[in-house]
Amino acid sequence: MKTIPIPLHQVKRGSRLIISEIPDGRAKAQLIRLGVVKGEFIRCLERLPGGTIVIQKHRQEIAIGVALARSILVTYAAPENPSKA
Amino acid sequence: MHNQTDTGPFQPASPEHIEKHRHVGLDVSETEVHGLSVALVGNPNVGKSLVFNYLSGMYVDVSNYPGTTVELIKGHYKAYDIHDTPGVYGISAFTAEEAVTRDIVLSADIVLNVVDAVHLERDLFLTQQLIDMGKKVAVILNFMDEVKTLGLRIDTKLLSSYLGVPVFETTATTRTGFDQLDDALLQARRGEQDSSLHHKLHTMLSVTGSEAEALLILEGDEATALRHGVATGHDRELLYIGRRNRVNIVINAVLSETNTRTRLATLFGRWAVNAWTGIPLLLLALYLIYLFVGKLVAQDVVSFTESTLGKNLWEPWIQGIVTRFISPSSWLGTILVGEFGVVTMTVTYLLFLLLPLVIAFYLSLAIMEDSGYLPRLATLVDRSLNSIGLNGAAVIPLILGFGCVTMATITTRLLGSEREKTIAAAILQFAIPCSAQLAVVAALLAGAGFGAILIYSITIFIVFVAVGTVLDRILPGATTPLLIDLPPMRLPRLDNVLRKTTYRTYFFMKEATPWFFAGALGVGILQVTGLLTVWQNLLAPLTTGWLQLPREASTAFVMGMVRRDFGAAGLYVLALKPHQVVVALVTITLFTPCIASLMVMLKERGWKEALMVWTGTWVVAFFVGGVLSQILI
Repeated sequence: MKTIPIPLHQVKRGSRLIISEIPDGRAKAQLIRLGVVKGEFIRCLERLPGGTIVIQKHRQEIAIGVALARSILVTYAAPENPSKA
Repeated sequence: MHNQTDTGPFQPASPEHIEKHRHVGLDVSETEVHGLSVALVGNPNVGKSLVFNYLSGMYVDVSNYPGTTVELIKGHYKAYDIHDTPGVYGISAFTAEEAVTRDIVLSADIVLNVVDAVHLERDLFLTQQLIDMGKKVAVILNFMDEVKTLGLRIDTKLLSSYLGVPVFETTATTRTGFDQLDDALLQARRGEQDSSLHHKLHTMLSVTGSEAEALLILEGDEATALRHGVATGHDRELLYIGRRNRVNIVINAVLSETNTRTRLATLFGRWAVNAWTGIPLLLLALYLIYLFVGKLVAQDVVSFTESTLGKNLWEPWIQGIVTRFISPSSWLGTILVGEFGVVTMTVTYLLFLLLPLVIAFYLSLAIMEDSGYLPRLATLVDRSLNSIGLNGAAVIPLILGFGCVTMATITTRLLGSEREKTIAAAILQFAIPCSAQLAVVAALLAGAGFGAILIYSITIFIVFVAVGTVLDRILPGATTPLLIDLPPMRLPRLDNVLRKTTYRTYFFMKEATPWFFAGALGVGILQVTGLLTVWQNLLAPLTTGWLQLPREASTAFVMGMVRRDFGAAGLYVLALKPHQVVVALVTITLFTPCIASLMVMLKERGWKEALMVWTGTWVVAFFVGGVLSQILI
């Protein structure tokens, strides 16, 4: 399960994730600016009914509509080691 | 690319701005000093405007929603010309705001980069880009108070040496550290450019003569490339990722965390975007707004201002003065102090009915904006708006529409595609009553009972959804997905909220007043020339037959074409039964947009769309009103 990328709109709320694919386009440039790039760790803060996703990267919270979330692929990551942030 | 080519760096501020903000700055000499040009640049909601206000002593519209100021605002401080810019995440032209900011930065001698210390990961991308552009930069590290409460530690000295530019710690809300702004302006310098950039940059430099422009062209900025007659670069992503990595290295070195406490505000922010807690929070917010705007102001305050101040004090007084010179039964008397008197009814409506309501509305809106709630609301309703072809971001113009449809139609520019702009503008013109109209509607409905309120709201909501759904089906293309950053929830600052409210109210009243007088004059003239009766007779089959309203109701429709609220106000004087109130209000709400918003519609969306919407409102208003009338009465 860990290695199979899944679309972002399907992830479990609260899970820690690694970005494995972001589609090209304007959204990608904006996501890079916000620090969301391939290989980064993010956390899914919220998954609203219908699939609008709120992710968190450090202290930054970003809302992503379902159509975009569907095209972003992620894999589940191990939970953060609580002793070291 | 939309209307950004004409937004040159030297475009003057609007006359309103110059008039309103004649400099009150510190140490301003009598004659205008054209000194060094300073650009204040930062991400949205970093306290940039507070820095600007401090430097220039002028008012600017400070906002907590990403990108609501697309105006150029300039001030003076000592020998510097200070330019405020819209908040952006990077220098490019993805949005109109970015294009504006890009132009200001390109022409600036010094860049003051305001950075949210709590969001270094996000903000330093822009900082590094400004440095890569070869600009003279000084960094204002703001929100240092929050850094401490959150248990973060930032090594400012190390940050400064990594970036190669001076860094100054401030807390804008208390003006702490603002005494260093002078030093910041003096010490701003070129920073450490990304070393991997050098080769590419210097090749392009021979074409542009400016590093800043060379970099923008490499990053694929079309407008800049066009100006120099070269093809845009294709390295944007590569350069962006390189910059991102560099920023990550800097952050790892300078930022450390001592504890991870979650603030209450952060929790509130989370609750606002959760389906279970978000909807109750939204209902609570709406209820509070209703209590404040709908009950306290629309009923208690307005009943005092309108009947006591307006009807009992102002109108008899001015009538007394006017009738000393002009007979009240003459045609001039009718126009001035008659039923639709230019100096009686119009003044009462404007000052004693509209003004308190508009203030109350803008106050509520400013609080919602400055607290950081609006982007979360956008997130919460994103999926629902998807079904009418919009994304969550459209909640901003839609909510603004409840203030002033004209203003809201302008903000549809912020939406992602032409398709969304068309849908949002149409919904605004069809189904959103503006604050002034809503006020009259609320006052009339309150008298007609709870059932009336319910039927009215449901009918308008159905039309709202129907307009969106139909357009979503007809128009080609797809909705752009939501992608917004959620600024932290913060307690709004009172002075900021008050300033913003004053500013917006002023502009609203300035825009509304002439139309009100013109409308009253027009109706007055129709009345004295007898054309009003002709019009009433003409519409009689519709008003009395189909809508089952008194024939005088058609007067309200004449007035409604000038201003919507004016039309609703025209219903005030009629003696209507509760059911007739609902029918009349539904019809007038759906009826044609006011002249001002029609003008904006023409300008923003073109004559075809404007005309279609305008005729469409006639059809829909009378159709829905009629159907309702046949069911109810």
